[in-house]
Amino acid sequence: MLEIKNLHVTVEDKEILKGIDLTIMPGEIHAVMGPNGSGKSTLAYIMTGREGYEVTEGEVLYQGRDLLAMAPEERAAEGVFLAFQYPVEIPGVPNTTFLKEAVNAQRRHRGEDELDAMQFLKVVRQKVKELGIADEMLKRAVNVGFSGGEKKRNEMLQMALLEPRLAVLDETDSGLDIDALKAVADGVNALRAPDRSMLVITHYQRLLDYIVPDKVHVLAGGRIVRSGGKDLARELERTGYAEFATVAA
Amino acid sequence: MTTAGAQPFVEQYGALKGALPGVGLPWLAELREAGLARFASLGLPTPRDESWKYTNLRPLEKVAFGTPNGEAVSIDRLPSLLPAGASENRLVFVNGHYRADLSTLKSLREGVEIGSLAASLERSPETVAEYLGQIAPAGGAAGEQPGEQPLLALNTALSGDGLMLRLGRGAKVKTPIEVIFIGAATEQALAYHPRNLIVLEPESQAVVIEHHVSLGGGATFANSATEIELGDGALLHHYKMQAEGPETFHVSTVHARVGRDAHYDSFGMSLGSRLSRNEVSVRLNGQGANCHLNGAYMVRGKQHCDTTTLVEHLVPRTSCREVFKGVLDDEARAVFQGRIVVHPDAQQSDGHQLSKAMLLSERAEIDIKPELEIYADDVKCSHGATAGDLDHDALFYLRSRGLPERPARRLLIEAFLTESIEAIAAEDLCPAFLASIADWLKTD
Repeated sequence: MLEIKNLHVTVEDKEILKGIDLTIMPGEIHAVMGPNGSGKSTLAYIMTGREGYEVTEGEVLYQGRDLLAMAPEERAAEGVFLAFQYPVEIPGVPNTTFLKEAVNAQRRHRGEDELDAMQFLKVVRQKVKELGIADEMLKRAVNVGFSGGEKKRNEMLQMALLEPRLAVLDETDSGLDIDALKAVADGVNALRAPDRSMLVITHYQRLLDYIVPDKVHVLAGGRIVRSGGKDLARELERTGYAEFATVAA
Repeated sequence: MTTAGAQPFVEQYGALKGALPGVGLPWLAELREAGLARFASLGLPTPRDESWKYTNLRPLEKVAFGTPNGEAVSIDRLPSLLPAGASENRLVFVNGHYRADLSTLKSLREGVEIGSLAASLERSPETVAEYLGQIAPAGGAAGEQPGEQPLLALNTALSGDGLMLRLGRGAKVKTPIEVIFIGAATEQALAYHPRNLIVLEPESQAVVIEHHVSLGGGATFANSATEIELGDGALLHHYKMQAEGPETFHVSTVHARVGRDAHYDSFGMSLGSRLSRNEVSVRLNGQGANCHLNGAYMVRGKQHCDTTTLVEHLVPRTSCREVFKGVLDDEARAVFQGRIVVHPDAQQSDGHQLSKAMLLSERAEIDIKPELEIYADDVKCSHGATAGDLDHDALFYLRSRGLPERPARRLLIEAFLTESIEAIAAEDLCPAFLASIADWLKTD
């Protein structure tokens, strides 16, 4: 599904990622954990094509194709989804309009018929119900005035509607209380499928109690310093990241 | 001394005066002569005039404008902003002349006068005399705010026809009154000077919609002036769509006096003309008087769009909100000059002003000049201005969900402008405004 090879990324002339290697097979969930400033968000953004990140070395292959050569909208339409750490507020754009535009833009890209207003409403109502989201959130402007939990739930709603092949969750657990965290995890787990992979980026082990990963990687100082099974997350909870800070330095 | 740019208009007065509305009324002749003298001495505004620093009328001076000869122009389809049946009163003016054949007026009832100014000058000149030129001082009134307005003086001298609306105490006109101004020119450039008078006596209410459009693709200069008197507790929603052709010049001067607990609500959308200026002056002169001055504009190419407002808080407890939003592309330029004056007695005045501009091109430009003059000590006044590109984070967010860049940009621009329409009270009008935004984005 995803192959990251020797990836070096600089931001404003500062090297943030210093040679990342990571392979995710179809159906797998990988967790990337690490302290603040280790390059976790850079890894998330580089996958979706945000401006301001320069790849100086290495490559990223998605389903065998050069992901880095694709525009953000193309990546999305090909099935890459980023759940934002800080979802963006868009005043004046109703959430429903935004969701419908996104779904139909991807359908157009794939040569599928667009959903009309009725068809879309039917689909979105179903998903909203499954995720326990208030209908009223659909009418409001995208993320405007949403609480932290609502914003994250809205990310899960988008993910459920867009049905990506590769989902990247960038600190989706940050700022959530335990109920919101469970709701987010339920949304993620509902999407687990043999042909869908996920990259869960988190600072805390807590989220991994609910989303159980196949593999855990520790990112520190721009490198993956350790990889292991799901038990690695629990170990980190006990020991913290201190030992890796010295490894990376 | 008459300046070179003003001379052709001064000469037109000599040729036109026998055919202008209200000919033979001595008080009106006096008003016109005073306006002409004022205009002749001031000349056309230049960037040396403080309030015209950012808007240069040189391009206007270069065009040789003739005067409309009153010839009937055939209109196939009325450019109405409202769905059929949404309005009972529609007035159509072509090149400043009223067209009874195209207009629809509901039979008048007691206390409701809706029609053309020229007709009112014939029927009941004394009621017109009470207000015309009195709300917007054009001739003398030295030192009176807002000072010199040469184009208003020119309008007073040459003013043609326009809307006359007078509502008696407590009269309410439910459906919007639509006034369509069509500028129709082909090879010969034409100048015309619409004049509107709106008098709402205490507790009366109306919705007035102005629609300014072009026919024929020629150059026109529409120099419009509107005087508005709102009695105590009166309510006027005043909407305007300015969508004249690319060869036109549009200048509009509005003066409103707002009485105790009266509300003047104005929204203008500007997307036409190579050069446009909307100048609105409001005097809040009764306690509890309130105004909303809002607008949106969309300009591209080499269009120039100027919004100039003056709000005077003259007595205690008056308030005003101003929000103007614009989108500029290519080499378009916009100007926002917003002046708020709080007079010494006007304690507890509340005035807020905001200008937000979205610059889509590096060559687009906006000049913003907020001015607060506060002579009272217990007031709440603020102003704010933003100018910038689209929100890059929002754009990336949309693209990361699969929207290609162009539709994503359009969605964001549309949202930015649509917000300013949400406050429009005349629901029948919203579809036309929304469509104008969508059309403008489509021709990108």
